[in-house]
Amino acid sequence: MPERLRPLSPPAVPHAAQPKAKQAAADRPEPSPRDRARPGALRVEGLVLEAQGQRLVDIEHLALPAGGVTMVMGLNGAGKSLFLRLIHGLITPSHGWISWGEVPCGPATSATQALVFQKPVLLRRSAAANVDFVLRARGLDRATRRDRTAEMLARVGLEGRARQPARLLSGGEQQRLALARALAIRPQVLLLDEATASLDPASVLAIERIVTDTARAGTKVIFITHDIGQARRLADDVAFLHRGRLAEHRPADRFFVGPQSESALAYLEGRILL
Amino acid sequence: MQDFGAAFGLALHLIATGDDNLLEIVVLSLKVSFSALTLSCLIGLPLGAFLVVRPFWGRGVVVAVLNAMMGLPPVVIGLLVYLALSRAGPMGWLGLLYTPTAMIIAQTLLIAPIVAALARQVLEGLYSEYDEQFRSFGISRLRAAAALVVDGRYGLVTVALAGFGRAVAEVGAVIIVGGNIDHLTRVMTTAIALETSKGDLGMALALGIILMSIALGVNLAAGGLRSVAERQAYA
Ligand SMILES: Nc1ncnc2c1ncn2[C@@H]1O[C@H](COP(=O)(O)OP(=O)(O)OP(=O)(O)O)[C@@H](O)[C@H]1O
Ligand SMILES: [Mg+2]
Repeated sequence: MPERLRPLSPPAVPHAAQPKAKQAAADRPEPSPRDRARPGALRVEGLVLEAQGQRLVDIEHLALPAGGVTMVMGLNGAGKSLFLRLIHGLITPSHGWISWGEVPCGPATSATQALVFQKPVLLRRSAAANVDFVLRARGLDRATRRDRTAEMLARVGLEGRARQPARLLSGGEQQRLALARALAIRPQVLLLDEATASLDPASVLAIERIVTDTARAGTKVIFITHDIGQARRLADDVAFLHRGRLAEHRPADRFFVGPQSESALAYLEGRILL
Repeated sequence: MQDFGAAFGLALHLIATGDDNLLEIVVLSLKVSFSALTLSCLIGLPLGAFLVVRPFWGRGVVVAVLNAMMGLPPVVIGLLVYLALSRAGPMGWLGLLYTPTAMIIAQTLLIAPIVAALARQVLEGLYSEYDEQFRSFGISRLRAAAALVVDGRYGLVTVALAGFGRAVAEVGAVIIVGGNIDHLTRVMTTAIALETSKGDLGMALALGIILMSIALGVNLAAGGLRSVAERQAYA
């Protein structure tokens, strides 16, 4: 397990005045006070990740609502995947504070979350055995595992592929299997890193429906995508990263009407902003 | 001194008729080396997997020592086991010297480091791929190690075959601790050495042919497994 985060106590004032932030605090889709204790409410303060003298991630403040779908967008190399791994507790930040609900990011929080990686990591076993593996690690009995595995494979349209070696599945099928495996543990937070990047249009819509249903059932979804249409379809709020920094975080309706940051505007218009 | 043609003819005759003496030696050889391999896998596979999933202070040194032990000369291992098992040695009271058990012990010491070191290499590549996903799902180290062994099965069988090949072909350790006693501790390699020095080239050649066939068979099996693994994209 990675080291736990420093500092060990949260900053005293939750949302300290941030004079540098251009965005008005009222505009941020932050959790309501009641929401803040729920396990899906992410809070990030002064989060910095450095490697080889470079600041790869540098987010002063971000608070996500406890429910709904947050879409994370930004150019290649903006730090989206690193951000997801940081908040999941897979890598330790150089500085900063991350918490979910009232719990600091750590083994306790990551156990209730599932991350679907940008490149699916599948065991060298059958599709069904891949799902079964994570369920067995959670101590579920055989009958429950078998039912849940069948249910999840059917959910992503892989019911006919249960016995096939996972690595012989097509790229899109592998992504769907990775999603099925993530859903199988019934996570409170579902982290998706371009989970529909190599899917055909019908599968994209099917997966989007699953994501929407999952969020509606109470799971917090944080979803990285480059697909602007998908972001529009799914987002409750959008966090836009630019060169490791949070350029803006706003409710979806306002973000897509007119982003405030130059980088997000350029992104939506298909311009490259360097 | 027989000429080569006559010796070769005799060798084929011995093999074709299933000569009792020859069979006894071959069977003992396989028994000893297979037992050593089983023990080595029981020790080496968990050790290799443990070294991959469990970082600890000094792990690099342990791995370096293990890798160095792959090159230990069999005679040196034979000598060490001899010292331990001889009447005056710390384990002399067991009375194991010049028994097949002593030979199994020596061969286990010879190939367990090989199995462990090669297994570690195979599993490390796998673990670098699985590590983050395992941590994401909160998989315990023990379960991770077991999963690596299962998923690395094809590579590990190749490792085991390499270990078996080394054990069955080695002469230095078994001749020191086994003593090459007829009907008791005589295995293929020690018998070849003896028969050759006695000038009984037919027997020596027959054993040599069988030993070569085993080595060849082991390698063919390894190659076959590799292609099965590749076909299932499990390599
Ligand atoms: N271990 C590392 N050491 C050094 N630099 C790294 C490391 N991991 C990632 N980076 C760099 O950090 C930056 C952000 O990487 P990240 O994978 O988060 O990008 P991303 O926003 O997910 O991009 P994409 O849209 O292409 O997936 C990249 O420039 C990458 O080269
Ligand atoms: Mg990425």
